[in-house]
Amino acid sequence: MDSKSSACSSPNPNPTLGPSKLMLAFRFLRALSLVRRTTPASSRTCRGRRIERAAYASMAYTAGASRAWSRAVLRRLHHRARRRAVAPRRLSTTAGNRAEALRRLVPGGGGMDYCTLLEETADYIKCLSMQVELMQGIVDSASSYGP
Amino acid sequence: MSSRRSRVSEEEINELISKLQSLLPEARRRGGGRASAAKLLKETCNYIRSLNREVDDLSGRLSALMATMDHNSAEAEIIRSLLRQ
Repeated sequence: MDSKSSACSSPNPNPTLGPSKLMLAFRFLRALSLVRRTTPASSRTCRGRRIERAAYASMAYTAGASRAWSRAVLRRLHHRARRRAVAPRRLSTTAGNRAEALRRLVPGGGGMDYCTLLEETADYIKCLSMQVELMQGIVDSASSYGP
Repeated sequence: MSSRRSRVSEEEINELISKLQSLLPEARRRGGGRASAAKLLKETCNYIRSLNREVDDLSGRLSALMATMDHNSAEAEIIRSLLRQ
């Protein structure tokens, strides 16, 4: 996929929210199951951190490889797994450093041109809020469940 | 070596920025089309930070719940409620 400045005119790759929501839920619940099975019951903080990583991983896998932010999230998670030192992010000089704060918040934001950054931000926000909604739904469900 | 000049127009940038504005929750929108691009980007940053904090907080709560719930039946109930939406 050509990703020059034609990024601005590319069609929205995220058709309906419905199927992605279910995919996200499926992935995340599966990841939660795995965390539960593999984390010692006593280490609540460790479990919390693993759940958080599962959240970002599920988001990124569901968004797929077509998004720069999701590729960046998965790279970051895999580097972490291998314990490699992550090179400090260098802002590309051709991209300029417009919206510097935003670049630090959106995964992979450092190397993007301004236009791509804005597009990626929109997608990232949609996915992040979907993830938050999902997690809140699970918490509500699990909290109200029981004798 | 000269840097490539972006061919993207001001108009397209403005369009993308108002799309971002529409993604912000009501309270952060600052009254429709009047906010400057800089203010909107700032609000966007604040919004992303708050979403990250929510993920962090909800992860902690899920961790606590995991310790106490009866897993199999709770999972079934969770899936049922998710499918209902």
